[in-house]
Order: sequence, then C-alpha cells, then structure tokens
Amino acid sequence: MAEEELNVRGLTGVDLTLRIAGPGTRSYAFLIDWQIRLLGALAWLLVALLLRRLPPLSRAPIAHDVMLAGWILALLTYFLYHPVIEVAMRGRTPGKIKAGARIVTLEGATPGVGALLMRNLFRLIDCLPLLYLVGLASCMVTARRVRLGDLAAGTLLVIDESAAGESLVRLGEQMQHTGLSAEALQLIHDLLDRWELLAGAQRIRLARELLAKLDPQAGAGRAGPDGTALRERLEALLVRQHRS
Amino acid sequence: MSANTDPDAAIWIRRHAPQWRTLAAESAAASRRSRATVDEALHTLSAYRALSRHLASAREILPGSVLATTLAQTSAALHAAVNRSPRLTRARWIGLVRDDIPAAAASVRALALWIAVLLVASACAGWWLINTYPELVSLIASPAMIDGVEHGHLWTYQVLNLAPPALLSARIFSNNVVVTLGAFCFGILFGLGAFYMIAINGLMLGGLLAFTHQHGLGLGLLKFTLAHGPVELSVMCLAAAAGTALGDAVIRPGEGGRAESLRRRAAELGPLLVACALLLLGSGLIEGFISPHPGISIPVRLAVGLSYWTLMMLWLSGRLIPRARPRGESQCADPSGATL
Repeated sequence: MAEEELNVRGLTGVDLTLRIAGPGTRSYAFLIDWQIRLLGALAWLLVALLLRRLPPLSRAPIAHDVMLAGWILALLTYFLYHPVIEVAMRGRTPGKIKAGARIVTLEGATPGVGALLMRNLFRLIDCLPLLYLVGLASCMVTARRVRLGDLAAGTLLVIDESAAGESLVRLGEQMQHTGLSAEALQLIHDLLDRWELLAGAQRIRLARELLAKLDPQAGAGRAGPDGTALRERLEALLVRQHRS
Repeated sequence: MSANTDPDAAIWIRRHAPQWRTLAAESAAASRRSRATVDEALHTLSAYRALSRHLASAREILPGSVLATTLAQTSAALHAAVNRSPRLTRARWIGLVRDDIPAAAASVRALALWIAVLLVASACAGWWLINTYPELVSLIASPAMIDGVEHGHLWTYQVLNLAPPALLSARIFSNNVVVTLGAFCFGILFGLGAFYMIAINGLMLGGLLAFTHQHGLGLGLLKFTLAHGPVELSVMCLAAAAGTALGDAVIRPGEGGRAESLRRRAAELGPLLVACALLLLGSGLIEGFISPHPGISIPVRLAVGLSYWTLMMLWLSGRLIPRARPRGESQCADPSGATL
C-alpha cells in the first residue's frame, strides 16, 4: 500500500508532514531533465562542429581535437547532469523544480553529497532494461514510491513546499483583516486557482454556491456564459474583505 | 462559514499573522543560502522555533484547517533548509581518506578475499576451457583480436597505440569505473550481480591468457598487464565485495528491515567507492602511459605494479595516513602527576 505522506519529527518535537511525489511527478521531472541534458549535449557538439568549420581552424591540426573535445563535453553533460546538478542545487534539478518536487532524506532533511551520489549511482540498475523500467516498477511497488537508488541512499522525492511561505503570507494578511474564515478564504482561492481546469457549468455552480453562502445579501447575480462575472465577484470579495 | 465563529482563533490570528511575512521570508532565504554566518544561522533557528510554535498552536486552535496545513508546509520547507549536512571541508576530506575509507575496506576484507578466490577460480576455469576447446575463444574475443593474435600481434599494442596516451587513459578509466560501479550496484540483486561480473571477468581473463599462450604471446600479455593489473583487479574485487555486502544486507536485514539495512550498508560502503575511483584513475594513467610503452622492461613494470599495489594496501589498511592521537590519550595523568 503506497503511502501518501512522510511524517517526520521536527527539531522542536512538532510533527511535520511531507507529501510524497508519485511516479507521475517523477516521470515528468525526468522528461524535462532529459530534454535539458540532451539539448546541452547536442549544443556542445554543434559548437564543436561550428568551430571546426571556422576558416582558421578547419585546416589546423587541432581540428580533430576540437571535435573530440566536443564529444567529451557532450558525454560529460549527458551522463553527469543529474549528480552534478542535484549536488549543486541540494536535491533539486530544473525538471524537479518544474514538477514541484525535491529530494529529501527519510528525516525530511536536505540530503548530503554522499546520499545524492549514491542515488545517482544506482541509475545503472534503475535505467534497465530501457526507459527506466526497473526504476519505474520499483516506484510503483514500494510504499514510499522510491526507485532502487533512493532505497540505497535513504532518500525520497516529495512535493516541494518552498512556495508555501507565500501562501502563508497571503492567507495571514487576508485572515487578519477579513471576517471570512480560513476555510472560506481557502475555498475561494482553490476555486480561483482551478478555474480554468473546471468545466464551465461546474465552476458556475460552485461559484454560485460559494457566493450565496459568503455574500448572501448581494446574491449570485448573472453568471455570463463562461462565469467571468462570478469570478470577478469572488475576486472582489477577497479584495473588499481584505480592505475592510 | 461566513465568518470566524471562534473569537479565540480570530484573536490568535490577528496577534500572530504579522510575523508570518518575516518567517516566510526567512524560510525562503534559508532555502537559498549555501552558507550562513553565525548570526544568520541563529536567526533561522529562531524562525524555525517560532514557526513550530505557531504550527502547534494552529493545530490546537484550528485543527485540520488550511492555515494549519500551510504553516506545516512552511515548517517542512524550513526543516529541510535547516537540516543539511555540513560542507565538505578539509577536515571532512581528511576524515574520509584517513578513517572512513580504511574502515569501509576493513568491513569487507573477508568478502574481498573470497571474491579474489572466485576471480582466480574463474580465471583457471577460463584457462582450462580455452586450452581444451580453443574454438570457444570466439565467445570471449572479437574476430579482429583473434585474427591479430593468430598472426602474432597482441591487440593491446595494436589498438592502444593509435590513441594518444591521455585520451587512452581517460577511456580506460571510464570503462573500468563503469565495470567497478556495476559490480557494486548489481550486488544489490542478493549478491548475484557481483558474483556474475567477477566470474565473467575471471573467465575472460583466464581464457585470453590461455589463448595468447597458445600462440606464444602469453608473456606479452602478462607484460602489458603487469604495471596496472594488480591494482585494477584488486579494485574490482573490492567493489564486488562491497556489492556482495549490499546483497547480504538485503538477504539478512536484521532489526531495521531491508530498506534500512540496505541504506545503512550503502552509506558505510560509499567511501570505498571513492577510493576505488581514485585508485582506478591512477591505474588508468599507468595503463595509458606505461603499459603500452614497448621500451619499458618487465622489472620496471613489476616494480610499478607492486609499488602501486603496496600503496593501495597501506592506504586501505589505514597504515598510510595514521590517525593522529587525541591529546592526553597516550599520557593518562593521575592525581600524583605520574604518567601511566
């Protein structure tokens, strides 16, 4: 049974909860990183090819060495991308940032160099037989959705909560001045955040229900075909409450 | 739903919300920082304590609320930023080279000896196999290699001399590192992966020695491998032993469970892989610069090979860089001032 959360004991004794990232988030992050390292490697080859064709170099004895250097840099970029970037960015990569995930230890801490190198070393097995099938299978069968490298290194991928600070500030400011409860504020924010993802009829219904409870004197009013008017009223409610 | 019904909660929020901007900013700054001054670190810890207090209160006053969840997420982000390993300082490097690597090597010493026996046994089996059925050499050597040896040329000198020594060293190093790391990683498959890699490599080594011996080139191959071979093969045995130890941790996990046992063993053995990579770097340089050089005599090669191997053994046994004795350890002073 897969676990959804990792519970760790904070330094002050207060329990903390981290949401575990699943195979989908992992795959998404990996695909982005794979594209970056592939493009990086190809860029080196392109630079070497262009340098080799420059008139001063094309006939020089080092023309062959330039291409060789291009190949070496391309291979280094492709194969050392993950260990180098993960160590440099302390458990993050551009792909993981885009996917909203980061690597932590089982204690919820930032992993050290040794653990990061160890989890990358086991890519030798995780990538077998092709397309990271072993790693993916391991993610699907393990409780914490980890690949073999994570098992050996004692790490796991969790949802990156570093943006939670902004939400806290926003929520705090609104709660400080508004008569609305935290849940009501969150419902408005949730609905506005997911507005584009919801079907037209569904978001109109939700917005109407919410407005009827939060602002009964004004009533639901006209929605318009795509509910834009309701959305504007919800936004105005946040601003009005905030100002008041 | 339309309003905060709990006046205590409203009062608490009004009192504490102004601090959240500062705490969130501190959390973001701590995540970005790669190093911190003492003041910055103390400031971050103070923010961590404040956030924990607010989280505990929010869970008490507004249990299961969005505010409690958001505070928990911010605390988790700061927790990861605060909890991180110290930087790799000079002292840590020294500790790794002087203490951790010999300790890791000592923990797999017996296994490494068994792996060496397996390598030798596989090599003997390979020798016997190719001696008895010479046609089987096509299983372990390419047609070009076979053709070259049958015409009296060793592939080592033919192929290797085409590339510059530095490039050759890099290629050999990367190849050896992949084999060594593979022997370690595949050990996770209950030790069978490491066993397989050593058996196959031993079989190939013995088979190729037998094949070259049949065509009068055995000494040439031995001469080629004399300078770099001892360390290269020893490192392979060490990595396979470490891999087998990983497999053992999976088979016999002990109290903490398989995952915990594997994690602990991998962390213990990690430094050994650093040693293997460094040793292979030296080995690759020897193989690129010395081994293919036809002008270097057998005694010189033997001296290089033995010296490098001895250096490796001294290092891994912890005798190369002795541990400095802490002050007062050798002289245990008693109240009378006499030295024991």
